[in-house]
Amino acid sequence: MTGENGVLIETKGLKKSFGELEVLKGIDVQIKKGEVVVIIGPSGSGKSTFLRCLNRLEEPSGGQIIFEGEDICSSSANINLLRQKMGMVFQQFNLFNHLNILENITIGPRLVKKADEKISAENAMKLLDRVGLADKAQEYPSRLSGGQKQRIAIVRALAMEPDVMLFDEPTSALDPEMVGEVLGVMKDLAEEGRTMVVVTHEMGFAQKVGTRVLFMDEGQILEDGTPDQIFNHPQNPRTKDFLSKVLNCI
Amino acid sequence: MGIWEILAQYYQYFLRGTRTTILISLITVFFGFLLGCVIALLRLSKNRLLNGFAGLYITVLRGTPLLVQLYIVYYQLDFIPFPKMTVLDVALDRALPCAIALSMNSAAYIAEIIRAGIQAVDIGQSEAARSVGMTGAQTMLHIVMPQAIKNILPAIGNEFVTMIKETSIIQYLGVSDLMYNNGIVVSATYNPLPCYYISAIIYLILNLVAGKGVNIFERRLKRSDR
Repeated sequence: MTGENGVLIETKGLKKSFGELEVLKGIDVQIKKGEVVVIIGPSGSGKSTFLRCLNRLEEPSGGQIIFEGEDICSSSANINLLRQKMGMVFQQFNLFNHLNILENITIGPRLVKKADEKISAENAMKLLDRVGLADKAQEYPSRLSGGQKQRIAIVRALAMEPDVMLFDEPTSALDPEMVGEVLGVMKDLAEEGRTMVVVTHEMGFAQKVGTRVLFMDEGQILEDGTPDQIFNHPQNPRTKDFLSKVLNCI
Repeated sequence: MGIWEILAQYYQYFLRGTRTTILISLITVFFGFLLGCVIALLRLSKNRLLNGFAGLYITVLRGTPLLVQLYIVYYQLDFIPFPKMTVLDVALDRALPCAIALSMNSAAYIAEIIRAGIQAVDIGQSEAARSVGMTGAQTMLHIVMPQAIKNILPAIGNEFVTMIKETSIIQYLGVSDLMYNNGIVVSATYNPLPCYYISAIIYLILNLVAGKGVNIFERRLKRSDR
C-alpha cells in the first residue's frame, strides 16, 4: 500500500533535538516507491539521525512521518508492525553475537511473523546463496570478516521482506577492500527495483546507483536532485564546497 | 579434647548444621536471584516510580547491616503465622524469616549485577532486534538476556559464595545452622579453637564446590560463544 503518486515515505517538518542541540530542523521529503535515495553531507549534518527517525529508533521531537499512508508517530501506530516493513542495515552490522548466521536471519521471521521454522530456513539459505555466503550458515558472527557480516546483515533485513531498506553508513566501518562486496549487493538490490534510503560517504555509489541524491547540512536538506544535477551541476555553495572536498581530496 | 576426638564424638552436630546451612543457602540463592531479576528490571524501567523504588530498595538493603535487616524482618513479620514445625531439624518459624531477610539482601546485590550485565550488552544489539520488529520483551528475552548472562554469571557466582558465608549470621535467631551447632559443641567441650577450625574447613569446602559448579556452568555457556 502506498500513498498518492507512489509515495512510500513522507516527512513533514521532521525535527529532532538532543537536549539543547537541534539536529534536524524541519525536514520535508517524499520518497517514492522504487527510488534509491542517497543522502550525503558532512559528518554531524543529521543524515543518520534522519534515517533513524524513519523507523523511530530515534523518537522525533516534532513533525510527521507518514509511511504507507500511516502516521508512524501517532499513538495508534503499531511501530513493531511498521518496522517489519522497513529493513535496516547498521554501520556496526549489529549481528546477534550469540546466534549463528542462519539463526540471525531466521529469528526475525520466526519471532515476529511467526513463520514456519523450515520455510524461514529455506528462505534464509536462498538469500545467503544470493550474497555468496551459503557456506557460512552455521558459523558464528565472530568468525566472519566485516564485509561478510554486513552482507549477512543485509540478508537479515531482507528476510523480513521489507518494503524499504534503510542503510546507515553501511560501509563506513569496513576495511577498504571489503567495501566493494557490500556495495555490490546493494547495487543488485537497487537494480531489482527495491526502494532504498542510503546514508553514505561513497560518492561513487551515490553517482552510479542512486536515482536521487539529497545533500544535507546542519539539519536541513540543502539540495535534492538527480545524481547528475548534484554532482555535475550543484547549485548550493555548501554543496559545491562539500563535493570539492570529498571528490578532490588530494 | 583434640580436634579428632571432637570430630569423632560430635560430627553429627556439624553434619546437621551443614545440612541446614546448605538448605538455607540454596533457598536464599534461588529466591534472591528471582527477586534480584525483578528489581533489576524495575531499575531499568523507564517508569520513574518503579525505577525510583528499585533504586531506593538497593540503596537501603546495601546500606544497612545484614544482622539489622535480619532482626527487622523477624520482628516486622511476626504477624505472619509461620508454621510451628520442624523440617530436617530446622524450626520453620525462625528459618523462614531468615530466608526472607537473606533473599531480600542478596536480591539487592544481584539486581545491581544484572543491571550492569544488561547495560554492558551493546545497544546496537537491541536496535537491530527492534529494527526487525521485535517487541521490547522479545528483544530482552531472545537477544539481550542470552548475551548479558555471560557478563552476569561470574559475578553471580561470587555472590552465591558470599551468601553461603553470610548465612552464618542466622545463628543469632536460633536457627540450627553450622555456626549454631558449632556453638553447642563449644559449650560441650570447652575447647572452642578446634570447633572453629572444623567449621571454617566445612565452609571452605562448600564454597569450593559452589565455585566449581559455577565454573562448569560458565564454561558450558562459553562453548556456544565460538
